[in-house]
Amino acid sequence: MTYEELLTETALNDERYIVMTAENRALVRNMPRTLGERFVDTGITEQTMVGMAAGLALRGRIPVIHALAPFLTMRAFEFIRTDVGIANLPVKLSGYIPGFLSDGNGPTHQSIEDVSILRGIPGMEVYCPADEDDLVKMLPAVWASPAPAYVRINHKKGAYTHAPYVTGKAEVIAEGSDITLLVYGFLFDNALAARELLEKQGLSVGLINMRSLKPVDAEAILRAASASKRLVTIEDHLKTGGLYSIVAEVLLQHRLTADVQSLSLEERWFKPGLLNQVLETEGFTPEKMKNKIMTYAQ
Amino acid sequence: MNKVQLENYRSMALRVREHIVRMSQGGGCFIGASLSCVELMVYTYGEVIRKDRAGLDRDYLFLSKGHDVPALYGTLVETGVLEASRLGNHLSTNDSIYWHPNRNIPGVEFHSGSLGHLPSVAAGVALDCKLRGGDNRVVVITGDGELNEGSVWETILVANAYKLDNLVIVVDRNQFQANIRTEELVPLEPLEDKFIAFGCAVRRVDGHDFMQLEWAYGELSAEGKVGVIIADTVRGRGLPSIEARADRWFCAFSEAEVGQLLEELHGNVKALIESETLVVR
Repeated sequence: MTYEELLTETALNDERYIVMTAENRALVRNMPRTLGERFVDTGITEQTMVGMAAGLALRGRIPVIHALAPFLTMRAFEFIRTDVGIANLPVKLSGYIPGFLSDGNGPTHQSIEDVSILRGIPGMEVYCPADEDDLVKMLPAVWASPAPAYVRINHKKGAYTHAPYVTGKAEVIAEGSDITLLVYGFLFDNALAARELLEKQGLSVGLINMRSLKPVDAEAILRAASASKRLVTIEDHLKTGGLYSIVAEVLLQHRLTADVQSLSLEERWFKPGLLNQVLETEGFTPEKMKNKIMTYAQ
Repeated sequence: MNKVQLENYRSMALRVREHIVRMSQGGGCFIGASLSCVELMVYTYGEVIRKDRAGLDRDYLFLSKGHDVPALYGTLVETGVLEASRLGNHLSTNDSIYWHPNRNIPGVEFHSGSLGHLPSVAAGVALDCKLRGGDNRVVVITGDGELNEGSVWETILVANAYKLDNLVIVVDRNQFQANIRTEELVPLEPLEDKFIAFGCAVRRVDGHDFMQLEWAYGELSAEGKVGVIIADTVRGRGLPSIEARADRWFCAFSEAEVGQLLEELHGNVKALIESETLVVR
């Protein structure tokens, strides 16, 4: 099932749903036809779209709103924080092409601080699916929740069949005594492959698909920290405020420390290009991640 | 509106101004911008917003500039929606009556304070009213300085694209930004032309004249267009000693000064306020 099929089915079965877009129709191409007047395209107006979504939610609607992730989360940030956040309204934000998925667009389109800023809004939930299968498994729960939520949309076809989604729980793919890789979103596949490479080096390597970064599955992080000698956080996001920070917060809250390696973007935007080249250049292919992890180990 | 109704509204406006003046004591309030929109608030809440409607059928009044909320609180007290004693809790953390509106107070539909937000929230409400086939009225009061915010104009474009003629934007045209005249900073005039160019149905009236407000609201049934009422007003209206003065925006007056101002409000004496009351917030 695709994102659009799921959203269409959900909205057709429940009059409360309004599908909005600030003229980014990539995910919802057929919905003007299928949904009629409950499809609302506001044009290139992220702020107005978010404000209107808040107004619609005040009237009992559940707006699922779409724009490119950087413009949705940053251009309209204060509207999200002030109109959706303060009022705690069930507005569901779908941010398109987050992280490396903006490939050749350049820094204007790179949403690599979205996790950091969105999770800073009280009550806002943050979800980061690994692929389309993961996405459609979590969305029914995300949309049904009364909380405002941001979804870092990733509808890439993946090879992995995910476990059913359990609210607020991470998906433990494997456990390991040497290293546990903690990953979310688009880099899941490469982390899965990197794990295989590391295992071939004779290491016992665990892998956790975080799925939800807020609420975060603190228990899964703590279990991994005690079972493995090292944690590696993997994210196409700035090091500040993302998963590395979340792990640090969780450990500190429990008066723990751990050896945590961060594979992320440090204080810079990534070099734009074709996605495969971006991954190569930025060091996020399975081979390059394996090497970084092995080098760190030495 | 007959003479009796007119007199009722005029005396209600005077009592609302008394509430505002009292709220400027002990921590202060945005008195100038509250006094300018008293007639707008009293007429809109008293006449345009229909009280016999509830739930999804109700009419909506949104305050987008937000710092005019003492005028709404005064109006809510005078219409029996809010207990008068609660105004005594102004700025107490035990209540929710502070410088900007919030939904903990009955009669307040949404919070504001950051400018340029509520036109879009109101447009969302207006859109839903249309989708449900309702004939609700949705009114949003904005400041004139607030029109600097691009989001206001963005929303007007979108609202007209969706033909939200159930939405009325009332501009409290008191000529002032926070600290300076609008025309000296970012000129807005000719303002009607701007709204017309953006596709709105526009009426411009004396915002202190109930008869003109009644006329303007009655005129705005233009099919398919967002309605705009530009209400020409005077900042600080009712208190000649502070009217249209750049340094009387946010004011915190002493008890003695409030006493003088209340006298001035009733036309008995012109207050002589010498304290430096302007606090830039």
